[in-house]
Amino acid sequence: MKSFIEYIVSIFKGLWTLLIGMKVTGKYFFTPWKNVTQQYPENREKLVMFERFRGEVIMLHNENNEHSCNGCGICEINCPNGSIEIISKSILTADGKKKRIIDQHIYHLGMCTLCNLCVKACPSGALAMGQNFEHAVWDRSLLTKVLNQEGSTIAENVKEE
Amino acid sequence: MSEIKEVMFNSDRLATDEYLVNMGPQHPSTHGVLRMLVKLEGEKVLNIQPHIGYIHSGIEKMCEAISYPQIIHLTDRMDYLSAHMNNEAVALCVENALQVEVPERVKYIRTIMDELARLASHQLWWCVMGMDLGALTTFFYGLRDREMILDIFEETCGARLTVNYNLPGGVMFDIHPNFQKRVKDFVTYFRTKLPEYDQLLSGNVIFRERTEGIGHLSLADAIAYGVTGPSGRASGFSNDLRKHQPYSAYPLVKFNEIIDHRCDTLARYEVRMKEMYESLSIIEQLIDNIPEGDYAVKMKSVIKLPEGEFYQRVETARGEFGVYIVSDGKKNPYRVKFRSPGFSNLFALNKMAKGHKIADLVAIMSTLDLVIPDIDR
Repeated sequence: MKSFIEYIVSIFKGLWTLLIGMKVTGKYFFTPWKNVTQQYPENREKLVMFERFRGEVIMLHNENNEHSCNGCGICEINCPNGSIEIISKSILTADGKKKRIIDQHIYHLGMCTLCNLCVKACPSGALAMGQNFEHAVWDRSLLTKVLNQEGSTIAENVKEE
Repeated sequence: MSEIKEVMFNSDRLATDEYLVNMGPQHPSTHGVLRMLVKLEGEKVLNIQPHIGYIHSGIEKMCEAISYPQIIHLTDRMDYLSAHMNNEAVALCVENALQVEVPERVKYIRTIMDELARLASHQLWWCVMGMDLGALTTFFYGLRDREMILDIFEETCGARLTVNYNLPGGVMFDIHPNFQKRVKDFVTYFRTKLPEYDQLLSGNVIFRERTEGIGHLSLADAIAYGVTGPSGRASGFSNDLRKHQPYSAYPLVKFNEIIDHRCDTLARYEVRMKEMYESLSIIEQLIDNIPEGDYAVKMKSVIKLPEGEFYQRVETARGEFGVYIVSDGKKNPYRVKFRSPGFSNLFALNKMAKGHKIADLVAIMSTLDLVIPDIDR
């Protein structure tokens, strides 16, 4: 008889614990304005990422289409995955001297782990982390980017290599 | 009629054979690509043989080709839920080898980040534990609170999971101006949410029936298998490295090492739940007292370790994580070995789940809190 009473009591105790759980879920059911879901594709215009967010590596250009990369290759050495390649070329300056400048700063986004080591290592502050995170493309060759813009030149105050 | 009775109760014609079932590599409750060869008799588990290596990525070998600061970003990808602690282990190992003393500020930041990562990891574990036992609601509630920690990480470190925040000699950025306010907001918010976790799952009769007395791992077995972290502490194995071998700012804070002697699945659950309170109290003790100073010491651009062997271990959310570096004096290590907690914890599963039902196997596995890249490396 005693075990039978215990059995009945345990049923009600069990139901009570379920009700306590239902109290929590019920509270959120009746206060739907407390929901925290972000309507992601719809809120794209208003979505602001944090300033340090690491989305991709970009090269900073000023309004005159000048960057500050002198092609020293320190970012290439510091990259753990080989996602940066620097192609430089030599030009003749106005006073007839040979000078090596950067031709293409190639960046393979598909290989990049966004570790920030290149940005940290860059002595002239040419690189930065961009905040774009929507990187899906139809062809993976599109993930290889040239970071220095078309026709850009090196800014004047940058130390030479 | 008597013939049927004969067949049902007395004959061995209905006796079940032993049979083998592959659980995984694609199974929602193995939390990744883990395959287990389960030997069953009916529903009873007789033997479990884990087969690992499906996402083996050769991180230890890759480390031999890259420099010490570059190793750190690979450790993010092993136990991605304890990325901060993994990073810190390598950073501490390199600092100890070079005998570099980091500023007090770095120690405080590292400790706060560690505890936040531990909280985020335990929250995710709690979500998934509920989901494995059939309670989908816990998954949403846990992730909702975890989002706040990930936002803190994103604001200060720049990434949510693969943070790569620690460097040899310090941290990558100084803390964000909003950091302290956000952390304090989170701590007060989460203190109100933790009792809700208990109401929702810990007291639930179905949950308790499925966890109490299931998956017994004795203290001797826990030590023999090297089960560390909360899983080991639930067997009475005092192994918290934050207490026994304190690093960073852990000597400065007061907290309890949670030890439970019940050795079952419920004990492992409750140890983690109590650890969340301890983590909150550690953060509260440190967050207002972060000293001023540099966030990193200036290291050489090419870090070369002296010849020799170096070992550093830290307490991650899963247990003891060790980094063993053999250096021959070059800028790359000669050999790197990682001692990952998940690997040792996984192989105690056979001891725990033997004799239980296959549904209990899922509950036992989720209290071990396995992260598969941590096991495969």
